[in-house]
Amino acid sequence: MLNDEPGVQQSAVLMGTDANKGLLAEIGIRGAELDGATPNDLVVAVLASETEVVDRLLKGLDERLQSISSSVKPSSYLSIDEAAITNPDINLVVISVPGDYAAREANKALELGKHVFLFSNNVPLEQEIEIKELARRRGLLVMGPDCGTSIIQGIGIGFANAVRRGPVGVVGASGTGIQEFTSLIHRAGSGISHAIGTGTRDLSDSVGGVTTLMGLDALEADTSTQVIAIVSKPAQPATLQRLLERIERCRKPVIGCFLGLSRPLSGAVSSFVQAYSIDEAVELALGKMNQKPVQPKVDRDIESLVRQEISQWQPEQRYLRGLFAGGTFCYQSQQVLQAAGIPVYSNSPLDKRYHLEKPESSLEDSLIDMGDDIFTQGIPHPMIDGTQRAKRILAEAADPEVSVLLLDFILGQIASADPVGDLIGSICKAKETAAHQGRHLTIAASICGTELDPQGFDRQKKMLEDAGVLVFATNAQAARFCSRLLLAARG
Amino acid sequence: MEQLKMDIFTEPIVAMNVGVQDFGEALEKQAVTVIYVDWNPPAGGDQEMIDLLDQLL
Repeated sequence: MLNDEPGVQQSAVLMGTDANKGLLAEIGIRGAELDGATPNDLVVAVLASETEVVDRLLKGLDERLQSISSSVKPSSYLSIDEAAITNPDINLVVISVPGDYAAREANKALELGKHVFLFSNNVPLEQEIEIKELARRRGLLVMGPDCGTSIIQGIGIGFANAVRRGPVGVVGASGTGIQEFTSLIHRAGSGISHAIGTGTRDLSDSVGGVTTLMGLDALEADTSTQVIAIVSKPAQPATLQRLLERIERCRKPVIGCFLGLSRPLSGAVSSFVQAYSIDEAVELALGKMNQKPVQPKVDRDIESLVRQEISQWQPEQRYLRGLFAGGTFCYQSQQVLQAAGIPVYSNSPLDKRYHLEKPESSLEDSLIDMGDDIFTQGIPHPMIDGTQRAKRILAEAADPEVSVLLLDFILGQIASADPVGDLIGSICKAKETAAHQGRHLTIAASICGTELDPQGFDRQKKMLEDAGVLVFATNAQAARFCSRLLLAARG
Repeated sequence: MEQLKMDIFTEPIVAMNVGVQDFGEALEKQAVTVIYVDWNPPAGGDQEMIDLLDQLL
């Protein structure tokens, strides 16, 4: 990482779009060379203490880029049209180009009769509405934009965990929400028919739930699906109404997990069951098939663990700090804590009154979504690279008022090859630093994934446990443990 | 309006990858045939020129 090089104050790697040039100008990087950059150029911007540092980095960069270019797949196709004409069997186009160009490419794919998985974010809302309308007219699925995960016929698309096939279908607006749901279904011994990502804005009234409704159509028609789950932030009113009307006509049971919603939906229909956490959605889905969830082995008495942890805290240690790679885990954790009567600050707040204006520094109890745009401009997402989160762990541990850290680890394809390994050095150092100052730092975590994932679930878990981290079976359980710690400590 | 095409749920997936190569490679590891497009911003990223092209084509 460039930021780790000695003498580097700040760095960013971006395409030379006007929007990116504006971002660089905000941090004081500007000049004729940058003005001349086009979206076809990759801009490597470095703020350093001396020009020698920049020269050294540029030399090393040339070598690195050479080695990357030699590993790029040779392709004879320069456009979607060209590739589709020569390969008529293509039925899915996976698009991850910058948001400004993504709808144009998705449009082409749809015109050619192909389904689309659209990972790109920052697609203008009006363009999302247009491509989804086109998709609906053509009877094609647009999974996205801003879609992290889908699993179709057992094939993971994007950031997906390795799960067995089975009778549970899911439609979801959040990538990590789908990952947690599908992993827990697998770990409970069941499996997934299909998981259809919709993109984060699908259930807004502007978009109208086009992909969610088509996903329900698909899962209802699919013979392998017995029960359907929807995992999303709450739908907006008009779209919720349409969704409930559709669910009422559905011949299969539907479980709705609308994260952030802590009250029963009014107007809910008989074929619909509401879940308040992903864990509960998993339990209800398994229950619909008369299958009991395999409860994670309770290998410790939670109450005594709570007592044991808080007895080691110093009086000034009061606050929880959550540092998340998965946006849904940040959001669900806030919901768990809020339900326990503990308001928390966040850069992605459940309750707008607790919006953390400056997410670079925490305030009292704070849960930080490290995948937020503010942390990822020109820097890899924390699911791919743990550098930013590793630094933040150390910063939080140095705060004498912090008593507990809450973390998530996300396994699966495309994610970091060693998510725990990326942070374990910081975790150990954080505990050491605290201990050196006479404090005991509690660290609670959950791992989203399965034993079939390439990172090795058990190996990742053991690394955490060996470092003294308390590992819980799900994000909701880890958050619940934190709420019990805080309530017990605060009397 | 056409009925939803179920081919993606019933027939082998054949994918085209446009953009970040890792997405295609992850599919190839699952024995999916992937055709790669060597994508570049259209018209060198010039929005006016892109709009003009879209009108012409």
